[in-house]
Amino acid sequence: MLQLTHLCADYDGRRVLDNINLTLDAGELMVVLGPSGCGKTTLLNLIAGFLTHHQGQISLQGRPVTGPGAERGVVFQHEGLLPWRNVLDNVAFGLQLAGLARPEREARARAMLRKVGLEEAHAKPIWQLSGGQRQRVGIARALATQPQLLLLDEPFGALDAFTREQMQTLLLRLWHEQRRQVLLITHDIEEAVFMATELVLLSPAPGRITERLTLDFGRRFAAGESCRSIKSDPAFIERREYVLGRVFAEREVFA
Amino acid sequence: MTAALSSSAVPASVRLRWPLPRRLGLSLLSLTALLALWWLVARLGLISPLFLPPPEQVLHQFITIAGPQGFMDATLWQHLAASLQRILIALTAAALCGVTVGIAMGLSPTVRGMLDPLIELYRPVPPLAYLPLMVIWFGIGETSKVLLIYLAIFAPVAMATLAGVQSAQQVRLRAARALGATRWQVLWHVILPGALPEILTGLRIGLGVGWSTLVAAELIAATRGVGFMVQAAGEFLATDVVLAGILVIALIAFTLELGLRALQRRLTPWHGEGL
Repeated sequence: MLQLTHLCADYDGRRVLDNINLTLDAGELMVVLGPSGCGKTTLLNLIAGFLTHHQGQISLQGRPVTGPGAERGVVFQHEGLLPWRNVLDNVAFGLQLAGLARPEREARARAMLRKVGLEEAHAKPIWQLSGGQRQRVGIARALATQPQLLLLDEPFGALDAFTREQMQTLLLRLWHEQRRQVLLITHDIEEAVFMATELVLLSPAPGRITERLTLDFGRRFAAGESCRSIKSDPAFIERREYVLGRVFAEREVFA
Repeated sequence: MTAALSSSAVPASVRLRWPLPRRLGLSLLSLTALLALWWLVARLGLISPLFLPPPEQVLHQFITIAGPQGFMDATLWQHLAASLQRILIALTAAALCGVTVGIAMGLSPTVRGMLDPLIELYRPVPPLAYLPLMVIWFGIGETSKVLLIYLAIFAPVAMATLAGVQSAQQVRLRAARALGATRWQVLWHVILPGALPEILTGLRIGLGVGWSTLVAAELIAATRGVGFMVQAAGEFLATDVVLAGILVIALIAFTLELGLRALQRRLTPWHGEGL
């Protein structure tokens, strides 16, 4: 369980996050949605341990977060893959850092690649992959070390609409299958409503939680319903329009 | 519209296919023209052979000095071996120290603050300017020459390594940390390979500077080496040996450059792939 209590963050003397309180239970997929500049990336960097927090607490399974660690896997918008390693070695990187012998880490990396549908590409250099394939390698790399929590920072923001939907459904399947806690940051409203089991709306300047919704579209997809059927369901459209209205209301106040 | 597109596309593909062989052909053509002009000028006796011996005489002299007869008590190969040994020792030492110092400067602002002024102070000085000092301190032997080339190579290698370390992408560093990497693992698996393209570029630049410095130093203070061979031949007005020596020097520099370029392509194939 991830727990944030009274978390605040400043940047350049300006408050970016103000009194954030969140709990993320095991098996939940939480999406943090907000316009750019609302501090959502800062929030993820704090949870990942890339930034240090001075006010409030962050804890995972009761242990306070003090820096980056392998129990929190991170997927970045620009994957951060290592070009001097091929696809398989990139996925096996975390296992190598943990000291696993080559045969074992390669077997596990191969299994992970199979799950993201890239088994054939295992020997390719990463510059021969498309954006969507790279992001799948990024996800496989983060999941290979079996983290308790998976953090994703606008992972599909740079992809085209078609690839994005493929990636969303892939991530939902992996989440369902691996039973991990997932925290996803996005500014894409449809993506947020479709995937979240818990949707958190963040207002800009300073970032505050304005609303928290419990949704079930992601679970419905994981249970076997088709993506198109969910996205054309009036209930989905109603929720999406509601969230859209909330985000735009925030924007007008901001402007 | 379609016709216009396709007609403009065809010449573009032709133009794209041509450049390399065309450029190579042009290079060979201009070299051949230079050689022909040289031969013609010497043949017609426009310039005295004392100043410009014909190409065949230079080639003949080249074979002579390469043979057991040699020049100035040593064959061409012994002169060359002396020069190459100096640059190899200096290069190895400069690569080891330069990369280490560059990494330390890249990782620690304290080290950078301390060493940056020292390197920036001596780097712009042409190495030959402090050759007399080297000779006063270390005599005319091998030490002063190797040290001189070492200093010439060290600065570009250290600076390039520093630039390479500083160019490490934050997202890669963070990705490694999030996978549980320690500081040393980040250095070994992320920072060092990431800096490799720059390090190799630094070595290429350093080797170029080092070779010119070496030859120049041998002109002044040596009893063996290709630079010394050219200098001694000049004193005897043996223009053919001078020309043969210059060609050898150029050929070595060219080979070193091409070799390092091939190494760079081999070791860092991702360089220039937009990564």
